[in-house]
Amino acid sequence: MRLLYCPAARLVIGKHEYSGGNNSCLESGPSPLHLVAMSSVISIANLSKTYKGGFKALDGVDLEIERGEIFALLGPNGAGKTTLISIVCGIVTPTSGQVLADGHDIQREYKKARSKIGLVPQEISTDMFEKVIVTVNFSRGLFGKAPDSAYIEQLLKDLSLWDKRDSAIRELSGGMKRRVMIAKALSHEPEILFLDEPTAGVDVELRRDMWRLVSSLRERGVTIILTTHYIEEAEEMADRVGVIRGGEIILVDKTEAIMRKLGKRRLSLTLQEPLESLPAGLGEWSLELADEGHQLLYSFDANEERTGIPTLLRKMTDLGIGFSDLDTAKSSLEDIFVDLVSDNGDGKSAEAAE
Amino acid sequence: MNVHGVWALYRYEMSRTFRTLWQSIVTPVITTVLYFVVFGGAIGSRMENIGSVDYGAFIVPGLIMLSLLTQSISNASFGIYFPKFSGTVYEMLSAPMSPIELVMGYVGAAATKSIMLGLIILATATLFVDVRIDHPFVMILFLLLTALTFSMFGFIIGIWAEGFEQLSFIPMLVVTPLTFLGGAFYSINMLPDFWRNVSLFNPVVYLVSGFRWSFYGEGDVAIGVSLGITAAFLVTCLSVIIWIFRTGYRLKD
Repeated sequence: MRLLYCPAARLVIGKHEYSGGNNSCLESGPSPLHLVAMSSVISIANLSKTYKGGFKALDGVDLEIERGEIFALLGPNGAGKTTLISIVCGIVTPTSGQVLADGHDIQREYKKARSKIGLVPQEISTDMFEKVIVTVNFSRGLFGKAPDSAYIEQLLKDLSLWDKRDSAIRELSGGMKRRVMIAKALSHEPEILFLDEPTAGVDVELRRDMWRLVSSLRERGVTIILTTHYIEEAEEMADRVGVIRGGEIILVDKTEAIMRKLGKRRLSLTLQEPLESLPAGLGEWSLELADEGHQLLYSFDANEERTGIPTLLRKMTDLGIGFSDLDTAKSSLEDIFVDLVSDNGDGKSAEAAE
Repeated sequence: MNVHGVWALYRYEMSRTFRTLWQSIVTPVITTVLYFVVFGGAIGSRMENIGSVDYGAFIVPGLIMLSLLTQSISNASFGIYFPKFSGTVYEMLSAPMSPIELVMGYVGAAATKSIMLGLIILATATLFVDVRIDHPFVMILFLLLTALTFSMFGFIIGIWAEGFEQLSFIPMLVVTPLTFLGGAFYSINMLPDFWRNVSLFNPVVYLVSGFRWSFYGEGDVAIGVSLGITAAFLVTCLSVIIWIFRTGYRLKD
């Protein structure tokens, strides 16, 4: 397998990678990791994982995470997101492949690699009988850092946990417990932070607090890799998005580039008289009827210069089809994601990307 | 060497001990006192001396060893099993800690707790019987070796166990019988030749014998053999633990 490595915008479809309009891509041989290790904070090459039962969770994943970015990893349940994160963090052993964290191999130089990484797991897993401050100090020590009461105090204050520092974790609300998990992950001042579905099941206020925290961490230069089901958050927060399906990365690109390349626009026309079927004269446009024939929907490529709308409207006038209202809408990242992860979307997305 | 990591883990485990002080210290002490009342007082007063030692004093090293073994195993097995059960083991696995450092933290804390308990039981024993310690350094060495070895053994059980039943299975079904049959309450020289020879396959015999030698200068087997067997068991446990971390057995997928 040959790969193209592009430091700037890239697009990966299946095993193929496309340049995002620049010509600075490096064409590499069978072991390309060293070429990109210096510019990436995490380099994943040909990573595979097959569990004992035979389930293949990851299949030849290649991924570069750039220093200081917010990277959102999207995928349906069972796609391999948590396995990927767990391998980088040292919780799961890969079957094959290589991962570098800040230039350190996660298996051969695991101590150096792990000391750079913080992980907020999906589940709230901590000793419920312990006090907040004790468990956070414990995490800092475990990751090899000398005690620093001033840093821990500031961290707990930033997470609104300072007043609860002497409370046992079991006495805290669900949202507060999740803050404790974040405090533990940040206690050793990591340069890379993994957030595995950090906002799943938390209230709106905490979600907002978390995103504020993510922004402030990014400002400090921390690289953040998150998985989320709230795709609108990825759209808003992430610099780049990766989509994983069936253990394979099927797309990686800058968020706005994905929106631009794969985004669709849709024109909705509310008809004066409902149609039973699409007239033959409108066959050259990609149309569909909705709302029992009261609405005519036209999907078109947002990037095309010629959208075909004026000719469509003229043709409709010629055919005597009147409309009382019109509206256009742009597809969200969620629409693109659903399209990508559904089997039917495969061909369309590849085509659009090319 | 991640000194901060080892210290953090050790302190964390010790704080768990102090948080559950009642179960950790008081219960085994009460159990041992009951042994003294029954075996040392009620039955022991009708027993002859064993060698040159009064029966009540004779059982002191065996009783300490019984508590040391069971507590080391239960402390260490629970110490690692609980994070596995609650999911917090992710933090140990993702931390920059080598297998040896993790073992130093967990096993160090479990062994410390057992030794503290052993010394408390020894102090309690002096209230009931006259105890003398002929070789205090050897006694300390045996305490250390036994506590470390069986804490490692407990650590292995904690990793192996997939449920609370399995966690108590080995201590209940294997360790307690071996300890009772290991000469804690009698000298194996009192057994018929056949059973004496069978007893020599029981590793606990060597621990109890060596430990008793450090008290009264008398043991069922030579002190060098006792030390050698204990050290061999320690190396075996350490090797198994290193293998566990290398393969990720029941720790990592």
